[in-house]
Amino acid sequence: MPHMDAYRVDKDFVGRHIGPRTHEQITMLSVLGFSSLQDMVSAIVPTDILDTSPMDLPDAISESDVLSRMRELGNKNTLVRTFIGQGYYNNHTPQVVIRNVLENPGWYTAYTPYQAEISQGRLEAIANFQTMVSDITGLDIANASLLDEGTAAAEAMSLCSRMAKNKKSGRFFVSEHCHPQTIAVVLNRAKHFGFKICVGNEDESLPENVMGALVQYPRTDGTVVDYTSVCDTIHAQGGLVVMATDLLALTLLKTPADMGADVAVGCAQRFGVPMGFGGPHAGFMATTETLQRSLPGRIIGVSVDRLGKPAYRMAMQTREQHIRREKATSNICTAQALLAIMASFYGVYHGPDGLRRIATRTHMYAKALATGLQNAGINVVSDVFFDTVACMGNADDWVARALDAGFNIRKINDTTVSVSFDETTTDSDVEQLLHAFGASFDGVLATVDTSVPKGFERTSDFMTHPVFNSHFSETELMRYARYLVNKDIALDRSMIPLGSCTMKLNSATEMTAVSFPEFSNMHPFVPANQTAGYREMMTQLEKWLCATTGYDAMSLQPNAGSQGEYAGLLAIKGYHNSRGDTHRDVCFIPVSAHGTNPASAQMVSMKVVAIACDNNGNIALADLQTKCEQYADSLAAIMITYPSTHGVFESDVRKVCDIVHAHGGQVYIDGANLNAQVGLAFPGHYGGDVSHLNLHKTFCIPHGGGGPGVGPIGVKSHLAEFLPGHTLVDNGAGHDGAVASAPWGSASILPITYTYIAMMGDAGLRQATQVAILSANYIAHKLEPYFPVLYKGDSGYIAHECILDFRHIEHETGISNEDVAKRLMDYGFHAPTMSFPVAGTLMIEPTESEPLGEIDRFIDAMISIAGEIEDIRNGNADPDNNVLKNAPHTAHEALADDWDKPYTRYKAIYPVQGLIDNKIWPSVARIDNVHGDRNLFCACIPMSEL
Amino acid sequence: MTFKYTKDHEWVKIESGIATVGITEYAQQQLGDVVFVDLPESDDDFSAGDEVCVIESVKAASDIYAPLSGTITETNNALESDPSLINTAPTTDGWIFKMTVSDTSQFDALLDEDAYNALIA
Repeated sequence: MPHMDAYRVDKDFVGRHIGPRTHEQITMLSVLGFSSLQDMVSAIVPTDILDTSPMDLPDAISESDVLSRMRELGNKNTLVRTFIGQGYYNNHTPQVVIRNVLENPGWYTAYTPYQAEISQGRLEAIANFQTMVSDITGLDIANASLLDEGTAAAEAMSLCSRMAKNKKSGRFFVSEHCHPQTIAVVLNRAKHFGFKICVGNEDESLPENVMGALVQYPRTDGTVVDYTSVCDTIHAQGGLVVMATDLLALTLLKTPADMGADVAVGCAQRFGVPMGFGGPHAGFMATTETLQRSLPGRIIGVSVDRLGKPAYRMAMQTREQHIRREKATSNICTAQALLAIMASFYGVYHGPDGLRRIATRTHMYAKALATGLQNAGINVVSDVFFDTVACMGNADDWVARALDAGFNIRKINDTTVSVSFDETTTDSDVEQLLHAFGASFDGVLATVDTSVPKGFERTSDFMTHPVFNSHFSETELMRYARYLVNKDIALDRSMIPLGSCTMKLNSATEMTAVSFPEFSNMHPFVPANQTAGYREMMTQLEKWLCATTGYDAMSLQPNAGSQGEYAGLLAIKGYHNSRGDTHRDVCFIPVSAHGTNPASAQMVSMKVVAIACDNNGNIALADLQTKCEQYADSLAAIMITYPSTHGVFESDVRKVCDIVHAHGGQVYIDGANLNAQVGLAFPGHYGGDVSHLNLHKTFCIPHGGGGPGVGPIGVKSHLAEFLPGHTLVDNGAGHDGAVASAPWGSASILPITYTYIAMMGDAGLRQATQVAILSANYIAHKLEPYFPVLYKGDSGYIAHECILDFRHIEHETGISNEDVAKRLMDYGFHAPTMSFPVAGTLMIEPTESEPLGEIDRFIDAMISIAGEIEDIRNGNADPDNNVLKNAPHTAHEALADDWDKPYTRYKAIYPVQGLIDNKIWPSVARIDNVHGDRNLFCACIPMSEL
Repeated sequence: MTFKYTKDHEWVKIESGIATVGITEYAQQQLGDVVFVDLPESDDDFSAGDEVCVIESVKAASDIYAPLSGTITETNNALESDPSLINTAPTTDGWIFKMTVSDTSQFDALLDEDAYNALIA
C-alpha cells in the first residue's frame, strides 16, 4: 500500500525552481561523462574547498506554507498611520501600475538594457523618468536613477570634487537643515575620500573656499527658503551648489534651477513607490548641460538605428567603471530601474495637472494643520512650508499623544516635532491630529488659502511632452504599458544567458510578500516595537545568509553590489585602523576583476595594485607572492572573485588567501559568482574575511531592468564591529558608518530572498548550485566544436558560466562578438554578456532555472549562427552585407516592398523553424552608439522626430 | 618642424616656443570613434606626466597626459562640436591643446619618429 508520505507536497518548490527534470539531468551528466551530480562536483570543485556538509538551515517548506509564514511575520509588524516624512511618504501606487508593471514579469525580470534593440520599452520608460526629473527640477539632464537620496547626495559631492573650479580646496559645506540620514551618508563618504566637510547653518554663515555646498529645499523641518543668494555666494567661490529636493513640492514651487543650483538630488519614492521600510526607491540626480558628462550612474540617451529611426540606448558607457577602473570617481553600476519606471508611470498616469492637484491638496492639509495649531496658540516653526509643519513643545509628550491617536509623527529634537502630509492625507487625519494636540479642526479648512508661499510660485511648465498628457484613462495606460513591454525580452519570453548576471527564476511566490502592506507600507524610522515582524525576518535571514557563506555576521544595509564592496572595504579599513595599521592602504586586484572592484577601492582611498593572471586566466601566484613581499607593510586587502570572473574554480584560491593573510592583508571575496558555491564551498571557511552577496543574482531578487540590487556583506567575527550602522535607528551595528539612507537598505524586497531560502532548504540550494554548474558545462561541451571555450579550470571543466572566444573568427571573417549578439535577437534570444571580462568574447550563464529544452534551443541557435559564419568564411555570403552584419532585422525592414539583401527574407527572420510560432521582433535595427554619444540627448524623443 | 612622441601615444611639436599636443594616428585607431573631448582650461599649470584631460570614444576613455611641464595657452575648441576631428585628422585639425614650454630638455627627451614607430610596431 503506498505510504501517505509519497503524496506530501512539502518540498515541491525545488522542482519548480530548477529547470532540467531529474531524467534530463542524468542525460546531461552522461554527455559530460559523469554518473551523478556529486561525481561532477567532486571533479570540478577543488578538493581543499569542497564542503557538502549540511548548512544550518530549516527544512524546506512549500509555497503555500511560506506564504502563511510571511503573513504571520507581516502580522507581527504594526502598521500605524505615519506622517514622519523625512524623505519617505505615503502615496497611492495606482492599481493599474501595480498590476501591469510592478507585478508583471515582463518588467521585473528584465536585465539592464545593454542590448538596446530588444529593450526599447524600458528604455523609453526610463527616458520618461529622466524627462520628468529634469523638467520638474528645471535642470537640463537627469540620470536613470541612483540608489537613494543619501548616496545621490554623496555622488553629487564627488561630482563637485571633479568639476568645480575650486575643486582643489577639497572642502564641502553640508547644511544642517538636510535630512540627518543624508548628512550621515555624505559625512561617511567624505571621510574616506579625504574631503573636508563643514556642517553648518547657512542662515548664520557660509564657509569660504569650498568646492561645493549641499542644501535641502524644502528643509528637513519643512521650511521653504530661497537659496538664490546662497548659490551666488558659493558660485563666487568657484563652488557648485547641490540641492536635495522633493519632486512633489517642486510641482508648485520655484525650481532649484530658478535659484541657481547646479545639481539637484533626491528620491522619487513618493511618486507611486511604497515606503517599504526604507527601500528600494529611485534616487535621482539632475544637472546642467555644462556638467552633463560628469553625471554618475546610467543615463538613457537617444540615437538612431541603422535605418535612421530614433532609438534609445544607454549613453556614455565608457564612463562606467569597467572601462575607467581605479580612475573612476564613482563605483555605481546598477540603478533602481524598476522603481524609476514605476515613478515614471505615476507621472504618465497623473500628468502635470494631476501632480499639481496632489501637491496642492497636500499643501492645503499642511496649511490646515498649521492654522489649527496656531489657533490653539501653538508655536509653528515657519509660515513658509510645503507639506511639513514643525511646531514647538515637549516633543516626547507630543509624539506620545499622536501615537495614542493612531499616528507616528517625527521628533526633530526635544522641543520640536513635525508632521509631514502626503497624497493619502484626509480631512479625518488632520482632525484627529489637531484633537490629539488639543486644537480644534472646526472651520479650519474653510479658512485655508491653497496658494503657495508668496515669492515661491513656480512659473515654468513641466512634463509638457505628450507622453505625460495622453494616457489618463486606465485603458490607455494599460495599453501603453503593454506597448512598451512588448518591445523587450525579459525572462517571461526566453532565456537570458548573461554571464556574471545570473538571470535565474524570480518565482511568483517569492514576489508575493513584497506587496503585503505590512511590509510595503512601513516607514523606516517608526518606533522599533512596530517592526517586530521585519526584525524577526531580517535576523533569521542574516543567520541563513551566514550559514550559506560561512561568515559570522551580516549587514543587510548595502542596497547594491557596489555598495557592498564599498561597505566591505570600509570594514577592512576600520579593522586595520583599529589595530594602529593606518598605513595599510594597498588593495590588490587581479587584472581579471570586474571594474567595480578598483573603483570601490579608490572610493576608500586605497591604492590599487594589479595582480597578473596566467595564460589560463588564473591569479599568477608568483606575481602575488612578489607583490605581497614588496607591499608587506602596506597591504590592506586583496579583492578576488570566486569562481573567477573567467568562470572557473581556481585551484589555488585557498593558497591565495593564505599568502595574503601571511602578509597582513585581509581577503575580500566578491560574491558575484556565489551561486556556483552555495552548499559546495564557503568563502568564510576557505579564507574570506568579507564578501558581498548579490541577492539579485544568487538569491532571486529580480533584476528589475537594471535594479533594484541588494548587496549585503558577510564578515568574519573580527570585522563585525565595523559593519555599517545608522544615525537614527539601531540596526545592531551602532550609529556610525552608514553607506545608505535606510538602516537595512532595501528592506521590503528581503522577503524574496527569505522565501527562496525557506522553500529550497539545504538540499535544494545545493542542488540549484549543482545544476547551474551542470547546465553551463553542458552548453560549453555542446558549443566547443564551433566556438573555442577560452578558459577552463584545472579539472578541464568550467564553473557556472563559459566564455566563448570570437577573436579569431573576427580576424578571419570580420564577424564580431557583437554581430553574433545582435543576430541572436533574430533567433529570439537576449545576447550573452559581451566583451566582459575579455574583449571579443561572449560569456554564457544558463543558471539552474532554464529547462533543458530552452538550453537546447539556445545551443541550436548558436550552431546555426556558426553555419552562417561558415558561409562567410567560404565565400558563400557577402562579408559586409549578410545576416549577421545586418542583424537584428525588424519587421518593418523585412516586410517592406523593397528587399535588396543578398539573402532571403525567410533566412533573415526565420533562421530556425521554431521561430515561426514564437517570433520576437526587435523594434529597432542596430543602434548607432557613436551618433548618440556625439549628439547627447537624454530625454523623451520629441514627437516631431517620431 | 619636428614631431616628438610620448609612450602614451601623444605627439608634440614646438612652434615659437609653444608646444602643440595631440594623439597619434595609432592612438586614434585604437580608440575608435571619439565622441567627446574634455578639454582643459587655459592658464592651468601642469607638470610633465600630469593628467590634463580625457578623450572618450564609444569603447574607451583615455587620459591625456602633459608631455612637458607648462601652462595651457589654448585649447582646440573645434573639438567641442566635432570630436571626430581626432579620428579624421589627429595630427593636424585634431590637435588638443597648446602649452608653454618651461624646459626644452623635456622635449628633447621625448621619442623621435623612429623610436615611436618601433614602439608601436
